[in-house]
Amino acid sequence: MGKVINIQPITRIEGHAKVAIHLDDAGNVADTKVHVQALRGFEKFCEGRPVEEMPRTVCHICGICPWAHHLASSKAGDACFGVTPPPAAVKLRRLMQSIAYVSDKILHFYFLAAPDFVIGPDADYSVRNVVGIVQAAPDIARQVVKMRHLGAQILESFAGRAIHPTLSLPGGVSKPMTEAERQQMLPLAQELLEFSKFSMQFAKDNVFPKYLDAIKNIGVIEVGYLGTVTADGALDFYDGKLRLMKPDGSYDDFTYEQYTDYIGEWVEPWSYQKFPYAKQWGQLNLDLDNPTGVYRTNCLARINVADKMATPLAQKELEEFRAAFGRPAHFTLLYHYARLIELLQAAEHAVELLEDPEITSKDIRAELTPKAGRGIGCVEAPRGTLIHDYTCDENGLITKVNLIVGTTHNNAAINLSVNQAAKLCIKEGKYDQGALNKVEMAIRAYDP
Amino acid sequence: MAVNVASEWLNACSGCEISILNTGEALLDLLAQLNFVHIPALVDSKYFGPLGDGTSLQIPEAVVGIVSGGVRNSEHKHVLEEMRKKVKVLIALGSCAAYGGVPAQANMWKPEEVFEKVFRGCVTTNPSPNPEDPNVPPWTPTCQALDEVTKVDITIPGCPPHPDWIADAVMALLAGKTEWKLPERSVCDTCPVIREKKSGGGPIKRMLANAEFNPEEGIDKMRCLNEQGIFCMGPVTLAGCNGKSGVPRCIQARTPCRGCFGPIRKGAKPMVDMMGALTSVGLDPKTLVDRRAIMNRYIGGHGYLTVIPARPAR
Repeated sequence: MGKVINIQPITRIEGHAKVAIHLDDAGNVADTKVHVQALRGFEKFCEGRPVEEMPRTVCHICGICPWAHHLASSKAGDACFGVTPPPAAVKLRRLMQSIAYVSDKILHFYFLAAPDFVIGPDADYSVRNVVGIVQAAPDIARQVVKMRHLGAQILESFAGRAIHPTLSLPGGVSKPMTEAERQQMLPLAQELLEFSKFSMQFAKDNVFPKYLDAIKNIGVIEVGYLGTVTADGALDFYDGKLRLMKPDGSYDDFTYEQYTDYIGEWVEPWSYQKFPYAKQWGQLNLDLDNPTGVYRTNCLARINVADKMATPLAQKELEEFRAAFGRPAHFTLLYHYARLIELLQAAEHAVELLEDPEITSKDIRAELTPKAGRGIGCVEAPRGTLIHDYTCDENGLITKVNLIVGTTHNNAAINLSVNQAAKLCIKEGKYDQGALNKVEMAIRAYDP
Repeated sequence: MAVNVASEWLNACSGCEISILNTGEALLDLLAQLNFVHIPALVDSKYFGPLGDGTSLQIPEAVVGIVSGGVRNSEHKHVLEEMRKKVKVLIALGSCAAYGGVPAQANMWKPEEVFEKVFRGCVTTNPSPNPEDPNVPPWTPTCQALDEVTKVDITIPGCPPHPDWIADAVMALLAGKTEWKLPERSVCDTCPVIREKKSGGGPIKRMLANAEFNPEEGIDKMRCLNEQGIFCMGPVTLAGCNGKSGVPRCIQARTPCRGCFGPIRKGAKPMVDMMGALTSVGLDPKTLVDRRAIMNRYIGGHGYLTVIPARPAR
């Protein structure tokens, strides 16, 4: 038995995980594992809680994407109570989600991922971080911090909280938007859109060309994809049908209620994180040469499953992307490219919503009467399809919860990508910290 | 000369770290005074060295250590103890670190009941034995606040804490102070709603319908939510959620407080005090649905939430 390289903690990601790379006697990679070490138990401690308290409880699952949990939970609550929220409430939910998306994507691209691309994957770790970026490109850094903060300020000014919100509840939202607020917010959203356009162009001019080789070298795995599309096949972050695409590009569409027919979760003894897999494709197999049952989520998955983007500028970028990389595109580092295409859609959607006067309607909440039932609510969280499945008793108290969160879907794929990157970067016992960082880059692409 | 800072997250969601980023442009000036020697969210400092061949878990020495999240497993405990050894001043950041936080609601069950549910009781999960591996740290018996495990010097509560207070506490340390604490005021002390010290009575309302208010008017024209009969934890919750000024965050959304900043002072009994506050406006605390969990949502460490005997079957 050869040695084990422990990369711990995995950095510039959210949460606790380590990579163990097992080398054989010749110093080649025999096995790799991504161990997720944290478990909090939300599925248990939500039992007994009132359904209407869930959106403001489960948002605490993730401080980076609280809005996604907040809204999936609200939608599950809508379904438990059997109500349809008024149109203005849906628009306000969508607006908050879009703004939160913009902040989230700016955070990931510039703060977490960019050090690898701007400072360089082999640079010393002491400068390969956001502080290094601030020193290397102070003007852009200041603009990035300002724009990410602007997103948070818009959320706070309307919803009180940018992190762990309380605005959305089963049946709708807690307050309407006034005309004055709409007029105040619209130019701010336009500013975010301008910055999104800048980011796309900046990356295409300065980042992607330089790293096209890395994009191809760090890996390609041919697996499936899951995302949400509207009835006519456009990418939607808030609502629609689920689309599960096979590696060859063929797909099945299904409703939220059917998710248990298509998705199962496997448990491995070496990780607290479960391994969702496509049930109808056979058993989950994590063999890099012959993976089965594995699909990916998050931005690359979404732009692969969607026939088109929902907004004009994002659509133009998708066309260019597809001409270059095809559909489905399998290169793992293309997640970064896809993330910026989505950034554009989110910013365009926010502006679109704020230009619609109906968003200020005072009709924002359906009244609720507790009853026994089950409700399944899904949204596209930044990191993937988020599934909240609640069952409640006649008093509207939770009796059962099933959660599949964005990054969990990618667990199997991340393990495959790490295995592949380790095999590419470590040979005959030769490796340095740059090589180990490239293994982490394979994880970071998924923005877990 | 920049001050060395080490930061860690334990049983956490990263909301505290995002809140630090929400300092905005002032962050860049603050960053110039701080030298982050270890912060997994942003910097690639590794426990076992850059080549992953170290034999023991190491965190670099620093003047200030900032830890978010509570302690839920053996590794959290190990990392926290290592951090305590390596820093002069330890800051507990956020309500998970201060009180156990939302995940400490799991303290209402035995760990094996939680594992039974997660790995053998979820509709899409193939029922399986609990993960067990040297790389998967076992749970501690309960989810704890940091000061249940080690000495904490400064506590910045909140879920998330407001960036004003994070900056304030750090600036105080940079100025040579060794203590920092939020003023002992209640959320109600900072809330501008109209109060008449009585409600319409009747059972306490759930948020099944919205509060009554005129959206064109400010919060100062809205009636107190407890007085509207909607349960609000403001009376027994530490103020400061909206920073140094401004209306409490949840009230801005026209929704009630749920106590994310924790009790007003150490050793308080928020549940007892809250029942008193409800009674004083003519509401019957017994009519509050899911009373124990809702009143201790953010503070389940320190023995506030414990295992209770199973309820009779419904």
